[in-house]
Amino acid sequence: MYFDSVEAMLAMEGHGVFVWSAYVVTAVVIALILLLPLRRQRRLLRELAADERRARAVAANARGSS
Amino acid sequence: MWSFLHKLGSPPWLYAISGSILRWLLPLTLLALAAGVVWGLLFTPPDFRQGNSYRIIYIHVPAAVVALAGYYVMATAGAISLIWRMKMADVAMKAAAPVGAALTFAALFTGAVWGKPTWGTYWVWDARITSMLLLLFLYLGVVVLYEAYENKEAAGKACAVLSLVGTVNIPIIYKSVDWWYSLHQPASIKFTGDSTIDPSMLYPLLLMICAFYALFTCCLLLNMRAELLQREARTGWVRKLARGGE
Repeated sequence: MYFDSVEAMLAMEGHGVFVWSAYVVTAVVIALILLLPLRRQRRLLRELAADERRARAVAANARGSS
Repeated sequence: MWSFLHKLGSPPWLYAISGSILRWLLPLTLLALAAGVVWGLLFTPPDFRQGNSYRIIYIHVPAAVVALAGYYVMATAGAISLIWRMKMADVAMKAAAPVGAALTFAALFTGAVWGKPTWGTYWVWDARITSMLLLLFLYLGVVVLYEAYENKEAAGKACAVLSLVGTVNIPIIYKSVDWWYSLHQPASIKFTGDSTIDPSMLYPLLLMICAFYALFTCCLLLNMRAELLQREARTGWVRKLARGGE
């Protein structure tokens, strides 16, 4: 490893603020572009499953009352 | 060949195959990203002129390279959907836009915080930086334009035309550092001739570029899958999927 201590790693001889902020922001961007489509997909499937159950309940009711 | 093209146009097939690709590509991508970051941040020597601030290169260059490559993907998909009316190409074009925008933003942001300790300023209206900003607006333009249309077929056409027109910007970005020499340095990695970067820095950089390409592929597939589900919500295969709980 290049740095001698954790403090030296964080400070990076005065450049730490720039380097770490660049990495943190990029990490957040990467997390967002991976998680947002996954969330959208999960939500769609959940809604569709709920629709499906509702449709089946309505169909069962209709059979029961006739 | 024809049967492959036929399959490519089939949403359930695409959904299934992309799912099985993501199952191994996604963990591999995250692993490569983590390895590249640790390598670049902790196990490489500092640059003899820039010191430690140069470590931003390991995310700045990959993000910028893949943001440009992503534009080709988006524009090509746009052209295919415009010419052959292929639905899946339209899905791919729409899926590429937000990922490209995010990567372009990352390239611009990391460039700005790299510029401060190196050039003394966060921002200059240099040709490379300005053309990258234009790239961000082109990506965002496609995202916004798609949402603006009520009629999704018209939206797809308008976005395809916008992305094709925007292709003019791509060679300008590539050549900007040679045509207008200002603050941004020219490319260090060359396909022809010797690279002006030390191997100890080159290998982690190449790893990160590969990891970002893989990341783009993952995000493209994830967005396409979500879009497919939405468009095909009324079809049998999606209903079956929703019932199965997967």
